[in-house]
Amino acid sequence: MTELGLIIIAAALVNNFVLVQFLGLCPLMGASRRLEGAVGMGLATGLVLTTASALSHLVENLILIPFGLGYLRLIAFILIIGAAVQLTELLLSRFSPLLHRVLGLYIPLIASNCAVLGVALLNSTASRSLLAAIFYGAGAALGFGLVLSLLAGLRERLELADIPAPFRGNAIALITAGILSLAFLGFTGFARL
Amino acid sequence: MLTGIIILVGLATGLSALLVIVARLLGGSNSSAADAIENLLPRIQCAQCGYPGCRPYAEAIASNSADINRCPPGGAETIRALAELLGRDPMPLDDSLGQASMQKSALIEESICIGCNRCAEVCPVDAIAGVPQRMHTIITSHCTGCELCLPPCPVDCISMVSRSA
Repeated sequence: MTELGLIIIAAALVNNFVLVQFLGLCPLMGASRRLEGAVGMGLATGLVLTTASALSHLVENLILIPFGLGYLRLIAFILIIGAAVQLTELLLSRFSPLLHRVLGLYIPLIASNCAVLGVALLNSTASRSLLAAIFYGAGAALGFGLVLSLLAGLRERLELADIPAPFRGNAIALITAGILSLAFLGFTGFARL
Repeated sequence: MLTGIIILVGLATGLSALLVIVARLLGGSNSSAADAIENLLPRIQCAQCGYPGCRPYAEAIASNSADINRCPPGGAETIRALAELLGRDPMPLDDSLGQASMQKSALIEESICIGCNRCAEVCPVDAIAGVPQRMHTIITSHCTGCELCLPPCPVDCISMVSRSA
């Protein structure tokens, strides 16, 4: 039990996928303009991350490895992630059409979010158990959603601030993300995987 | 080699079958009716009908769980078109939802406005003119009185005023 808790903290804070491992930077910049959109994006990505890591683990250990097809895992994982994204889009358009409209183009882009594939591949390299793999995916999703919401909140405030002209827009957003990343380095050593 | 191909094809087929099943389970059967209804609504997503947007309202009408008189911006014209499409009797607009359309319009207190632009982003009919960091103003002839711009304003400088005033 402690181990699972440690996995969540390690994936969410210590080895935060966005700010420490620099995976998934495209949605970080693209979907952090508004807090509502960022929270929704975090939830959608979280759903994809968790289902995709569970499914990838099952497919790899129950199908690929018994047949000696470990070398196919990359393409199989991409297939699974694509399906998980489509599933999320279906659920979202049914249960929250407004969020579906707000996120729009960014939902299919979750498929190309390297953090999703990264989690599946890291799980397989570290040969975690199914439960540990799911928790690692959930932790990664938690960290991603946290960073996305933090940055969105900061960017909403920055819009009102008197920023020197050369830094306006994406420049100040990237600088903010860099400073956030420095802050997350403070977690180094809290938990080890 | 052959096993690899077979397994990948099987995996893809299995996943797409799963998606098709989920889509069937979730997708309402009356989506074409909802499409037709949505086309008659103003589609400005003002949410005055009590649904989060025009599409959910259209679906509610299509599944017979909402009356056709809940759209203030559309007014009598929309109700007549909907009644014709659905073969229902036209009815007067539901007053409890506010006869907001064309009765009231938003007014920005320009000395208080800080130019944060949030009201302009939520306005469904682009009736708010102004750029970030400058004060904004309402184009009264475009405003439908939907009050969507009130909650985002950080300094509460928007009020609803009667149009005749």
